[in-house]
Amino acid sequence: MKALSEKLLGGKQGAIALAILAMVLFVIFPLWLDSFRLSMLGKYVTYAFVSVSLVLLWGNGGILSLGQGIFFGLGGYCMAMFLKLEASDPVSTKIQTTPGIPDFMDWNQITALPWFWEPFKSLPLTLILILLIPTLLAFIIGFAMFKRRVGGVYFSIITQAIALILSILIVGQQGYTGGVNGITDLKTLLGWDIRTETAKYVLYYVNVCLLILSIMLARYIITSKFGMLLLAMRDKEERVRFSGYDVSDYKIFVFCVAAMISAIGGAMFTLQVGFMSPSFVGIVPSIEMVICAAVGGRMSLIGAVYGTLLVNFGKTMFSETYPELWLFLMGGLFIAVVMFFPDGLAGVYDKYSKNFKLGELLAKFNKNTVKRIGDML
Amino acid sequence: MFGYTMDEIGNIVVMQGFSGLSLFSVLLLMALGLAIIFGQMGVINMAHGEFMAVGAYTTVLMSKLAVKYDLVHTYFVFAIIAAFIFAFVIGYLIEFLMIRHLYHRPLDTLLATWGLSLVMQQIFRSTFGAKEVSAELPEWLLGSFQPTPDIDIPINGVFVMGLAIIVTASVYLYIYRSRGGLRIRATMQNRTMASAVGINTKKVDRMTFALGCGIAGVAGASFTTIASTGPTTGSLYIVDSFMVVVFGGATSLIGTIASAFSIAQAQSILQFFMSSSMGKVSTLLVIVMILMMRPEGLFASKLRK
Amino acid sequence: MSNTDFVLAIEDLTVSFDGFKAVDGLNMYIDHNELHVVIGPNGAGKTTVLDLICGKTKSSSGSIKFKNRELTKMPEHQIVRAGVGRKFQTPSIYENLTVYQNLEVSYPAGRSVWGSLTFKRTDEVIERVNKIAAEVLLTDLLQTEAALLSHGQKQWLEIGMLLMQDPELLMLDEPVAGMSAKERDQTADLLKRICQNRSMLVIEHDMEFVKQIAHKVTVLHQGKILAAGTMDKIQANEKVIEVYLGH
Repeated sequence: MKALSEKLLGGKQGAIALAILAMVLFVIFPLWLDSFRLSMLGKYVTYAFVSVSLVLLWGNGGILSLGQGIFFGLGGYCMAMFLKLEASDPVSTKIQTTPGIPDFMDWNQITALPWFWEPFKSLPLTLILILLIPTLLAFIIGFAMFKRRVGGVYFSIITQAIALILSILIVGQQGYTGGVNGITDLKTLLGWDIRTETAKYVLYYVNVCLLILSIMLARYIITSKFGMLLLAMRDKEERVRFSGYDVSDYKIFVFCVAAMISAIGGAMFTLQVGFMSPSFVGIVPSIEMVICAAVGGRMSLIGAVYGTLLVNFGKTMFSETYPELWLFLMGGLFIAVVMFFPDGLAGVYDKYSKNFKLGELLAKFNKNTVKRIGDML
Repeated sequence: MFGYTMDEIGNIVVMQGFSGLSLFSVLLLMALGLAIIFGQMGVINMAHGEFMAVGAYTTVLMSKLAVKYDLVHTYFVFAIIAAFIFAFVIGYLIEFLMIRHLYHRPLDTLLATWGLSLVMQQIFRSTFGAKEVSAELPEWLLGSFQPTPDIDIPINGVFVMGLAIIVTASVYLYIYRSRGGLRIRATMQNRTMASAVGINTKKVDRMTFALGCGIAGVAGASFTTIASTGPTTGSLYIVDSFMVVVFGGATSLIGTIASAFSIAQAQSILQFFMSSSMGKVSTLLVIVMILMMRPEGLFASKLRK
Repeated sequence: MSNTDFVLAIEDLTVSFDGFKAVDGLNMYIDHNELHVVIGPNGAGKTTVLDLICGKTKSSSGSIKFKNRELTKMPEHQIVRAGVGRKFQTPSIYENLTVYQNLEVSYPAGRSVWGSLTFKRTDEVIERVNKIAAEVLLTDLLQTEAALLSHGQKQWLEIGMLLMQDPELLMLDEPVAGMSAKERDQTADLLKRICQNRSMLVIEHDMEFVKQIAHKVTVLHQGKILAAGTMDKIQANEKVIEVYLGH
């Protein structure tokens, strides 16, 4: 039992880092930010799921997926389909030609609910499918590619192509998917209004809980023998294979887990933000998620979360005030992180924390503050 | 089939086929540059589409000058050369500043060049505006000829294809028949050995990267004859070009040509019968599935490793 | 192919790359507890033979039987699990793991995905890692990152990683390349110790070293066997002197 908790938390240091993160997300931000900013933060937290999945997949496994948006998007769309069906009950859609189906279907002259929407009438089934569909797709892609030893750059390009395919498909099939606008006007979850301020707070907390659970799952994997093998494979795949391991099985598994974690993020995104659109599926969001993880530190689960929050806060701030500057900054960030800080913020922190004790600093700070407060009085 | 007679289908296939040839030419030139860079250095250049845009914008600027000095009839040939030179020089600088520091980290190169592509897109947007711009084309590039009353063949398509064939042939001759090409091939096959026999492999890398970018510039110049150019034009072609390279087997010139041809034709013909997006989706989907069955591409040979 | 008492029986093995026959109709047998060395000039096909046995390269025709099990159709990891271990020419270790972790990862338990997720560091594992570390002279370096080892120590570590799996057939590709004279002697001792209860197939260029360790020697030339037998017999063989030892 002790060993298990050790693995989930990642030792003493890992436990402290996780506790600080939980503290920041659970207490500090909700106290500090107004409800608008907090729900924006909630949106970024859902992206952090993808970053966590990338630390597992890319940082530890050396597998760069440029298609994590696929899984984030599928998770999000599954959730959105359920909420949309709930919002499209025959009463509220009675002005439509065909009441009881989503409005965008009606606009596109579709007169009956397509078969693949049927399962999303049930919440339990939807929850299962949120996890199952992305994982299954990851399994198929992973099986086809890793069993044939496609890796490295090829894998990245092909996952990118699949992200492109899926986003074009969603945009093109407007009648079935809501097209470029996505699935919007989501209102209630089993009658509970998700647009109220309280709901946003509740969802934010659920979101953070799930993120922390995902981090713990990823921690467990990384600290087990499986994680050691991932590092070994990243370094010398042949040696692992000739030590009696079926390398492809490991890659498929980690790709599936990463897909599942991303999908949870996607589903939470839909709940938190109230819509889902193809702009979270394609090439650009997928690669931006990679840079979020890279900024935080591709080897650090916690670092990747901070990186994601930071990059997205930066994005929102800059694109509000200097939209043209943002692309320069984003591009520059890509280049700088890759060229000068390959281990991201976590790497910088590790480097400086060695000659810099946080505890001492805090003690000094406290002493000074106490003294100053004393002087003031 | 789809409510057309056989004759009509024949005509549609010929006409769509010719419009596919324009796409083929652009894809071929793009893929050629990418394949040279990838084959030589294992580097994926995500900003390759932006180098194409450099070529396209150069052509547009040249056309503006041409209109001013009344040289519309002849400028285009010079525009192609200028597009090549511009893209070449920028590529040369980028290799020096960025790429050469990342040679042993192919995945990181991919991310860094993506960053570069964002920066370049924004530069285009700040300089030329967010709207698409087009080049003033000389008259001899416009219009079409009609071998039969039902078939229209656009002249610009034929021109672009001619250009693609000339560039491809020159690249082939350069790589397989010249001293410079010999150095490139030697470095590609055995870097250590090449540097041991006195080849400056760093210089070769830089030239190869710049050459690949230059060819993308030519792709951009020919692109202006079939469509207008915007800041994100390049990024629309990047995935297709990658697919061409991978599908063709990365190091095979014949493979690159064949795969550019089949991808362009499939897209162009399917887009007529389905919607434009579904045509693209089906083409990409088929390629991805074929690549899953045969990851080494269509034209790779068995090697002793 | 009939069954034999040999640990490894290679019969009529051929592989061609675009028409070039790297290994051509090879026949070779290795007995229990035999330390068999393959020598030959560069490009003779030595490494290719190891690649064929461990499944890295697929043969064009012929058979490789390990304890009467056909290997040519088996995937690599199953060949390893059947009891064949292989060391690569350049030391192939996990540079970013510690020596301890390198050895532990090679421990033959928890080899499935699920097994590796639930793998526990039992006393048995620790004991075995310590024993092997002592065998390959790395006891003091267990917590060192493998990247920091000297070249010779890296070679030993990789041998240690193979010993963790306790293979019945151990194949080493140029184990003393790049080693100092002292390290070479230590390695010779090491190989003599570990070839008890297992068969070994070693590729080597260093003739002094081969003399020290070999029970039997096979000389390969252009993918074919030029001569085979004890070291004394090989050294007296005129054909061998001509193509190889003479130079």
